[in-house]
Amino acid sequence: MGKRMGMEVAMAVAEAVGLCNIDMAAVYPITPQSHIAEHLSDLVANGEVDAEFVTVESEHSAMSAVIGASGTGARSYTATSSQGLMYMHELLPIASAMRLPITMAIANRAVSGPLNILNDHSDIMPQRDSGWISIFVENGQEAIDMSIIAFKIAEHQDVMLPVNINIDGFQLTHMVEPFEMPSQEEVNKFLPPFVPHATLHPAKPVTMGAFAMSDYFPEIMKAKDEALKNSKKVVVDVFNEWGKMFGRNYKLVETYKTDDAEVIMLTMGSMGETAQMAIDQLRAKGIKAGLVKLRLWRPFPFEEIKAVIKNAKKLIVTDRAISFGGPGGPVFSEIKSAMYAETQRPLIYNYIYGLGGRDVPVGDFIGMFERVIADTANQLADTYEFWGVRE
Amino acid sequence: MIEVRWHGRGGQGAVTSVELLAVAAIAAGKYAQGFPSFGPERRGAPVAAFTRIDDKKINVRSGIYEPDVVLILDSSLIGLVNVTDGLKPNGKVIVNTNRSPEEIRRELDFKGTVATVDGTGIARKEMGVPIANTTMIGALLKVTGVMELDAMKDSVEHRFGRIAQKNLNAMKRAYDEIKISN
Repeated sequence: MGKRMGMEVAMAVAEAVGLCNIDMAAVYPITPQSHIAEHLSDLVANGEVDAEFVTVESEHSAMSAVIGASGTGARSYTATSSQGLMYMHELLPIASAMRLPITMAIANRAVSGPLNILNDHSDIMPQRDSGWISIFVENGQEAIDMSIIAFKIAEHQDVMLPVNINIDGFQLTHMVEPFEMPSQEEVNKFLPPFVPHATLHPAKPVTMGAFAMSDYFPEIMKAKDEALKNSKKVVVDVFNEWGKMFGRNYKLVETYKTDDAEVIMLTMGSMGETAQMAIDQLRAKGIKAGLVKLRLWRPFPFEEIKAVIKNAKKLIVTDRAISFGGPGGPVFSEIKSAMYAETQRPLIYNYIYGLGGRDVPVGDFIGMFERVIADTANQLADTYEFWGVRE
Repeated sequence: MIEVRWHGRGGQGAVTSVELLAVAAIAAGKYAQGFPSFGPERRGAPVAAFTRIDDKKINVRSGIYEPDVVLILDSSLIGLVNVTDGLKPNGKVIVNTNRSPEEIRRELDFKGTVATVDGTGIARKEMGVPIANTTMIGALLKVTGVMELDAMKDSVEHRFGRIAQKNLNAMKRAYDEIKISN
């Protein structure tokens, strides 16, 4: 049986990964991911986790090391943040093109400059098109659960793709909070051993990540796109399996009081629970407000999103990153394009908020709803605004 | 829900205390959050840390702006930091000082509960170090009644091992010796 306990979430993530029978980890410490790196290396050094912990000199090497290790058939893990993720960037599409089921925690943090160590989503957004499965979590329990679930999704024979788990830096990583930690027996039962398609071995040489010019390159890209799209079904299946075993049910898109909602807000990550409190307060005032929480960022769950927002009059998409000089936040552009061909769709608003760790209390979410509801002439729809930014 | 803001200086252990308290509250079956003021912290500089404790699941993840309780680990911060900022009018201030609650009340011009205890003196006697972070947990539990002093035992033992008992003794003394002015 799992155990209810309290611990800092970053350390709990390391504990959860430690239950996954990993063969190796290569992690370069960076705030606010550091406690994952430190605690996992402690677990390995203390002999509690039987794995190779490779102490690399950079994130570029960390990702290179897990790519190599995964190629040999080792269950491989890494974690990073912000500049570390940016430094890994050129290797991310290689991991997915080689169909290596690496998993990586990202303790989301703003990208420089100016230098900032606090939370937003500007580190993961530039990695969007790397061909990784990308999951966001809302609290410590989800961070733990998804850290385990990610291996099963990644290593599924119909998937074989890397997965990143986005855990808001500080707001989640540095929070001591309660959760249930699964037992080793439970994780063993849930997560079967990794069976690779092919392995790098001197006795039976193969080539991975080979050269491909125009003769094969487009076919490989199409195959990768199809693999990522097809992974959605497996993500759903694995979530369901987890739900049956642990009683915690996850969907690609979570909803809160959306059934009769006229105005819906959409969040990703740790803002969800605070926004949920705003929904309750608005409902108490008779406003039909609802909340959609997007858990799966890639592959993007088009059908699931459409189904839950299409009946609303107005949708407020919140973003914690900017596409500079573009159409608004990255989540906003995605939702807008998803709804473009729909005859029945809400007016879509966009707030960019919580950048570089700027706190967003309940009242701010209520303020966004009030501003959107007051926009009876629909002048603010289809465009974006920065929330709570001095001018 | 009870929300506590801790004021201290980097190195005085405010973050350790919020962690110990949250872990103990969770082990006692409650819901809790313990978190630092996010960002870089330096030894000696003013820092804050936060605790939320409730009997039901805590959803809010934004900062604490209107605490129920303010706990001051270092009384030299009074006047330097606006320690009562946002504190509820009927809230509580707990200060590690050898001065009386009345004196602190006058200085802070605060009408709610004021409680003082010489946490540093107790820590020196019980543990041989002038670090009062664990000692002051005893003061907090007495003033708020949020949980039993015994509930701290496991989390303190897990954290401090062979020196745990000294910390528990200091905590108990602060619990017994704190002076409360309502």
